Amino acid sequence: MFLKKIALAGAISLMGSAAFAACSYENTTPIKSLTAGFEAWKAVTDAMAECGNFQAELDQEFRTKQPAAFEANPSLYQIGGVSNGTITPLINAGTIRPLDDLVAKYGQNLTPNQLIRINGKIMAVAMMVNTQHLMYRSDILADLGIETPTTWDEVYAAAEKIKEAGVVDYPLGATMKSGWNLAQEFVNMYPGHGGQFFNDDNTTAVNSDAGVAALETMKKALAFTDPEVLVSDSTYVQQQFQQGKIAMANLWSSRAGAMNDPAESQVVGKVAMAAAPKAVADGAPATTLWWDGIVIAKNISDEEADAAFRLAMEGLDAETVQGANDAAIWLVNGYVPTEIAEGAIATATAAPAPPAYPSTTQMGLLHTALGNELPAFLTGDRDAAATLTAIEEAYTTSAKEAGVLK
Amino acid sequence: MKFKTFAAFVGPSVFMMLLFIAAPLVSVFIQSFQVTQPILQQVEVETCTPGFLTQTCVTETKTVPVLDDAGKTMTETRWVGLQSYRNVLQMDKFWEAVGNGSWNDIMQIDFWKALRFTLSFTLLTLPLVIGVGLAIALAVNNATRSIRGPIIFISLLPFIITPVIGSLSIYWLFVGDGILTAMMERWTGTNISMFAQAWTIELLMYFYRVWHVAPFAFVIFYAGLQTVNMDTLESAVIDGASRWERLRHVIVPHLMPLIVFIALIHLMDCYRVFEEIVGFRSQAHVISLQWLTYDFMTPDDAGNRAISRASASAMLTMIGIVFLLILPLRRTWRDHKGSAH
Repeated sequence: MFLKKIALAGAISLMGSAAFAACSYENTTPIKSLTAGFEAWKAVTDAMAECGNFQAELDQEFRTKQPAAFEANPSLYQIGGVSNGTITPLINAGTIRPLDDLVAKYGQNLTPNQLIRINGKIMAVAMMVNTQHLMYRSDILADLGIETPTTWDEVYAAAEKIKEAGVVDYPLGATMKSGWNLAQEFVNMYPGHGGQFFNDDNTTAVNSDAGVAALETMKKALAFTDPEVLVSDSTYVQQQFQQGKIAMANLWSSRAGAMNDPAESQVVGKVAMAAAPKAVADGAPATTLWWDGIVIAKNISDEEADAAFRLAMEGLDAETVQGANDAAIWLVNGYVPTEIAEGAIATATAAPAPPAYPSTTQMGLLHTALGNELPAFLTGDRDAAATLTAIEEAYTTSAKEAGVLK
Repeated sequence: MKFKTFAAFVGPSVFMMLLFIAAPLVSVFIQSFQVTQPILQQVEVETCTPGFLTQTCVTETKTVPVLDDAGKTMTETRWVGLQSYRNVLQMDKFWEAVGNGSWNDIMQIDFWKALRFTLSFTLLTLPLVIGVGLAIALAVNNATRSIRGPIIFISLLPFIITPVIGSLSIYWLFVGDGILTAMMERWTGTNISMFAQAWTIELLMYFYRVWHVAPFAFVIFYAGLQTVNMDTLESAVIDGASRWERLRHVIVPHLMPLIVFIALIHLMDCYRVFEEIVGFRSQAHVISLQWLTYDFMTPDDAGNRAISRASASAMLTMIGIVFLLILPLRRTWRDHKGSAH
């Protein structure tokens, strides 16, 4: 009886895998992946799962798990999903492998733009770009006769008008949750004001005029946002948009697709995307460019790496992208940019263009220092100069402990 | 009891305690005096990253760790004495702020900010938990026998909920347009933002902690109430003692050892307050010592974590708990010695 059940279960699971006709081959090597959990990764890992023998772990806390998991021997995952922010610890620890031979073998459909080269060697394959850009309620701006804002000053002027009109709860939304999100707002704004993060000797240069200007620009937003903005992360801002509570926000392009999801959104077709606002009129959009992509672990056998990369290419093919066209700004062949992508493309192709997120060991330390010290400025407990000094001191302490500064 | 039998019973738990409590404690103690750093080098790195259509390649000098032949990061460990404690305590800034007489300046230093909250949280919730726990216990004890079971069950519910889930529920109820905020807004006609300023957040934290822990005090007190000497109570009634006098002079003295016990447990638990901070996302306004340790431990995107400062902060937290427990422990010790004769 027991054996019969097992056989039946086996037959059903075989039927199951046979039913997935979308994969062009059958994967026989067990492969696991650890990636972030947003919509684009779900589409890609679902496509990989169609080939069988694949287990995906989608986890927004992947960044804290990945370095240790890849350092194990054998590595706990064969495929990793990274962004330009989270690839740094993997490269530093040497736990991911160069992909040149695998790209030559399986990467016929990749474009040169997708290949992340570090010192000439391909270390990752990018699948999408991401950036924070201006999302706004086109209906509200049109009703009030407001042109699409291109600088932060214009954003605040528009916010003032929207506030007077009283058509939404709050004119602005912002991803200012204290910690990583708030620090990222500064990382967007500060280069926009022409600031450099570091001096040549690895000390930080944020305690500067550009730093003060960036802080002042950020603080102006508080007059127009929800008073609880220091707890609001990307998901919260997305929901505020979807529920029609805010009119504008500088939000991640990976969240744009959700605005037109009729199951969640009350503003389908009413949210338009434009380039990220500039901090100064002749500068670059005050944002940073990001990419997301895959890496293959080093501490696995060559056969596993071969199977893992082949599987990843199956996940990153045109078919996947066409099935989830609006989930991301894809770099994969077969992507058709729609109006949802307009803002991100305008941001990335702006001249001068915004910088890529400058991921280094020092930047990681500075990002943490920013996330911990900025809230006191926004709550009004500390002025801009004292805040920048505190950031500098916090960075110096942790940089000395990490050995970056002597 | 024979020593052998005693050892056989106690041995496994002593072994577990040594392995899982004492050993990590010693290791954290040692690490708080050490700093482990990767050996770093400066190298030119060319990185090519995608734009939307074309790539941009930048060559820059990066500080990266040196890898050994086996591909592992090479590290060196140094003894740094009290440096990590200095980094956490920031005494120089503290004394400067004290010199200026500026409370606001002291509250800008993470450790002291966290200590201020942790202490007021621990000490303010303590009498509330004991008071509310005792009140529920007395109420249940005086309730009709037939409804006692359901009342006990309902009173215990908050204690069963996992702390993180409980604090998240409170957050969702009160944030922005949470159900309760929306209701309060309708009654008062004003816009209420519970998570926009420190004092409302702290108020919610006190409320949540008392709501969550009072059932524990209730269960202990309720058990204690069953052992109150009825003869003493009856003679008190005959002597004309009011309800309040009976509580004050008969019941509370009888429950005193239990009150001390609950105070002990509560001080230990509360000083490690953490779930409220994470659940309420209160880091911008309110942080606790335990959260500070956690923040040091959490790796950033580049994989850095401040293990030495985390160890120092953990040791400081332990020292704080020991200080808090001295008073109630001394009392228990005296009672214990007294009853031994």
